[in-house]
Amino acid sequence: MQLWLIPIFPLLGAALNGFTGRRTSQGIQSAIAVGSVLLSFLWVLNILLNSMPAPGAEIRESYFTWISSGNFSLSVDLVVDRLTAVMLLVVTGIGTLIHIYATSYMSHEGGFYRFFTYLNLFMFFMLVLVMSGNFLLLFVGWEGVGLCSYLLIGFYFLKKSASDAGKKAFIVNRIGDFGVLLAMLLLINTFGSLDFKTIADKVKTMPVELSAGILTAICLLLLLGAAGKSAQIPLYTWLPDAMEGPTPVSALIHAATMVTAGVYLCCRASALFEHAPIAQDTVAYIGLATAFFAATIGLVQNDIKKVYAYSTVSQLGFMFLAVGSGAYAAAIFHVVTHAFFKALLFLGSGSVIHALEGEQDMRHMGGLRGKLPITFFTLLMGALAIAGFPFFSGWYSKEAILSAAHAHSPWMFWVAALTAMMTAFYVFRTIWLTFFGEYKGHAHPHESPAAMWIPLAVLAVLSVVGGFLFNVPHFLEGVLPAHAHGHDMTLEIIGSSAGLLGIALSYLFYVASPGLADSFAESFSGLYNLVYNKYFVDEVYDAAVVHPLERTSRGFLWKFLDQNVIDEGMVHGASSGALGLGSLLRLLQGGVVRNYATWVVLGAVFIFSAFSLLGGAR
Amino acid sequence: MPWLTALLALPFFGLIVLLAIPGQARNLVRLWANAVLLAGLGLALPLWQAFDRSAGSYQFVDRMPWIPTLGAQFLLGVDGISLLLVLLTSLLGPIAALASWNAIEDRTKEFYAMLLLLQFGMLGLFLSLDLLLFFVFFEVVLVPMYFLIGIWGGERRLYAAIKFFLYTLAGSVVLLLGIIALYWQGGLQLAQPTFEIAELLKLRMPLDVQRWLFWAFFVGFAIKVPMVPFHTWLPDAHTEAPTAGSVLLAGVLLKMGTYGFVRLSLPLFPEAAQEAAPILAVLSIVAILYGALISLMQQDWKRLVAYSSVSHMGFCTLGLAAMNSNGIAGSVLQQVNHGISTSLLFLLVGFIYERRHTRQIADFGGLAVVMPRFAFVFAVAVFSSAGLPLLNGFIGEFTILQGAFIVSRTWAAFAVFGIVLGAAYLLWLYQRTMLGDLRNEANRGLADLSPREWATVLPLLALALAIGVYPKPWFAVLERPVLEIVGRFGR
Repeated sequence: MQLWLIPIFPLLGAALNGFTGRRTSQGIQSAIAVGSVLLSFLWVLNILLNSMPAPGAEIRESYFTWISSGNFSLSVDLVVDRLTAVMLLVVTGIGTLIHIYATSYMSHEGGFYRFFTYLNLFMFFMLVLVMSGNFLLLFVGWEGVGLCSYLLIGFYFLKKSASDAGKKAFIVNRIGDFGVLLAMLLLINTFGSLDFKTIADKVKTMPVELSAGILTAICLLLLLGAAGKSAQIPLYTWLPDAMEGPTPVSALIHAATMVTAGVYLCCRASALFEHAPIAQDTVAYIGLATAFFAATIGLVQNDIKKVYAYSTVSQLGFMFLAVGSGAYAAAIFHVVTHAFFKALLFLGSGSVIHALEGEQDMRHMGGLRGKLPITFFTLLMGALAIAGFPFFSGWYSKEAILSAAHAHSPWMFWVAALTAMMTAFYVFRTIWLTFFGEYKGHAHPHESPAAMWIPLAVLAVLSVVGGFLFNVPHFLEGVLPAHAHGHDMTLEIIGSSAGLLGIALSYLFYVASPGLADSFAESFSGLYNLVYNKYFVDEVYDAAVVHPLERTSRGFLWKFLDQNVIDEGMVHGASSGALGLGSLLRLLQGGVVRNYATWVVLGAVFIFSAFSLLGGAR
Repeated sequence: MPWLTALLALPFFGLIVLLAIPGQARNLVRLWANAVLLAGLGLALPLWQAFDRSAGSYQFVDRMPWIPTLGAQFLLGVDGISLLLVLLTSLLGPIAALASWNAIEDRTKEFYAMLLLLQFGMLGLFLSLDLLLFFVFFEVVLVPMYFLIGIWGGERRLYAAIKFFLYTLAGSVVLLLGIIALYWQGGLQLAQPTFEIAELLKLRMPLDVQRWLFWAFFVGFAIKVPMVPFHTWLPDAHTEAPTAGSVLLAGVLLKMGTYGFVRLSLPLFPEAAQEAAPILAVLSIVAILYGALISLMQQDWKRLVAYSSVSHMGFCTLGLAAMNSNGIAGSVLQQVNHGISTSLLFLLVGFIYERRHTRQIADFGGLAVVMPRFAFVFAVAVFSSAGLPLLNGFIGEFTILQGAFIVSRTWAAFAVFGIVLGAAYLLWLYQRTMLGDLRNEANRGLADLSPREWATVLPLLALALAIGVYPKPWFAVLERPVLEIVGRFGR
């Protein structure tokens, strides 16, 4: 089926723009960038329409042996099964739309071709990630998307905050990679393979008493990696900072695709997680905690992209909750719908920012409904979808997650429902603050060009009908482990009302009686400040990890141990010792022949005894 | 003339001819030295084709009597391990010479004479199959490197050169004692005393003798690698050396230590080596973390790269300490990888130093604006050094980790943590030098890479990518010799 064509198109695009971009026009660069991703999308469609793999089956192509050392060997395999099919459609489909949008959004920025080189390169690695047949090749994609994320967050590299954010993202992800690398080493030792299918088969026949400990360790390590990539507690701090990147990057990488790689990894390793209940529970707790805390932070942020960033962290928490509850298909379902509505929210906010000449603070927006009608309407659809408004796309996937959480443990359902309410609240807060009331800025807002609003419109349609149209859990039946639990009407009603209540509350706070929010913030100023400052987690990390590490490295290891103890003490000590010894020995060479003779004899005796000792040792 | 002898003789012959060229004809001197080293590369490359991967023993063996009364021979040959290092040396030699084209205006002739002598010594060391010959080349290398640092180095060149010389000399004295003692042992067991390594491998020595010899060899090689705590000569020597010196020091000379372990210490004294493995592993892990943490804090661009070598060589010795096929094969490949990526980093610092005559990181920032091509190459070098998949460093590190993991999960876990730190100091260096605003006006007029500079980095970039994408051929040459070494353990 020539699966390799799917990732190779964007790689060629990146190479073409990278090497010729200096000499070509923006039009050609755009055509190459969009065209290469579009070709991938079409090739994906071609493959899936002609030979969609049955549930549990896969199309596998093996290209060459990558690493073989000792008795371990690993080949470069690309695989398409139904899970990959879903991811491929999301990555190439949404990817194409965002590429189109970006050709217009970035047209006034410097480094146009550099941007699209990185973006196409990102597509290549992301496609390798989702198509890989084994953990190591997945890790190649995993690191590659991290690299592109680093490059694109720091795209405006003249700004220190941007290059800081890029560096932070890469290093925090590397902490996660620590987990993935160790997990892979454990997998090799346990199963002698890194191939997904081989491992899944072997797990089934593994006796429980042998497997429980090791599988828990593997899954917890994978979770560390997933938490890094998908911005979960305790490694989520890089994602809000990553908003320093251009908005299309936020939409594509930090909302729709790359950050869901952690969820994808857990689903790929579902056979392992199913046999490691402790690790699975940990996934659920981490997901729920992340969903909740990120949502609280999202309630009070003033930068529109920051709100959506914390929202992404929170929504990813929902996906982890689903994985932890054993509802893998629901997690992937939410990956899909989230890709629709969160890409839409980011691109829409980009359209607003574009119209306001770079303004991101919602306190300087307002009343844009009339000036940006298309942006307003599409963004509203996205907001309704994420708020879980009945029959919008987000509603389907969120209900699936909530009911899975309830089956896991009812209290989790209630926390998740509360979080869903907060989600609706903060998303509609952005809608009210941006599009309603009076305009409070000084720019001259204008609607964005077609290249920007057409992708918005497509995403809006998908956000509305995507959940109804694409029944992902049904499509994935028999692909991922599933726990049967029936529909519970009561839960659905509670879940839906949580979203509606959130919308209503934010209307009350920001439209009906606009002073309410401020007076609330004043009466609970301690709590407000805590949340507004993101619970001071960055500061705590700096004080607890970064600064001590720097101090120890500089003060103790380098200045004291390396320079004083080893170099000054031992090395220079030895040399001044040698000098001292030399001046002592000089006394021996006084020119008196009789003394020389004595030394000759003593020396000879010493040498002979040394040799006989050595010889005697055998 | 036999192949390997010709390969070895070429730089020496070049040196003799060079001495006949008048010193004022600087360009002729440069041209000649570059041509000789390039011809050496041309002579070495076909070895890769001709090498028989399925044959176990040494290949292309040249044998001539040297000091018959002692049983020392002029004996050259390669197996997969030395083949890779010979090729690396043959590549880095001409690159170092080309990189120095404009940098050396003072005593140009002497400089290139030293480079040729160095090349002769380095090749000789990797080609020798006779222990005494090995030791002679081990010492030969010292002299030109001492002068390279001491004459053409930076401000503290004399201090650095003497420190380098004394440190290594101290190590080689102990190594020599070990070699003599081993020869003595051979005299007791073998029909006639010999320095031939293949013959010495037949010796069966009790553990306590092995132990003495292992640690004697250890001192010689550990200083060369260098392993913590014998490393403090390295930051000074690397930082003060001229670019060519740093490139060859990091790219080739450090490998003489690890090569010594692989070729001699492990196979000659297998039981003692196995006994010492935990100590080697702990020293390696300390080097990985310690080197990385200290790199994190460096203010001097070149010193940072130097300390990063301590960390990266820690991976190489960790692989050796694992003493299984993954560990050793990974270690040898990582030695090549380190030669590629660290040479790149040193070349790039050198280019900057030639332009700005400072290496303080604080003097830079925003260079990507004026030197985009330089920034691109530097990025590849940084990511290759940080072990990003699809570039060379990852393959070596991963294989080493695999080997270490089989022996001890704790070792592997600590080493993986070193990878996290590696990303931190390298990216921070990149950010502070390349990204941000161009704050320092003195950097505004900097020229981007010249064609000559491109020529020095391009082969290394291509290799970094080639090894990262398709490492199989490199492992293929290592398979047999590594199995032979591993086969000696646990008898």
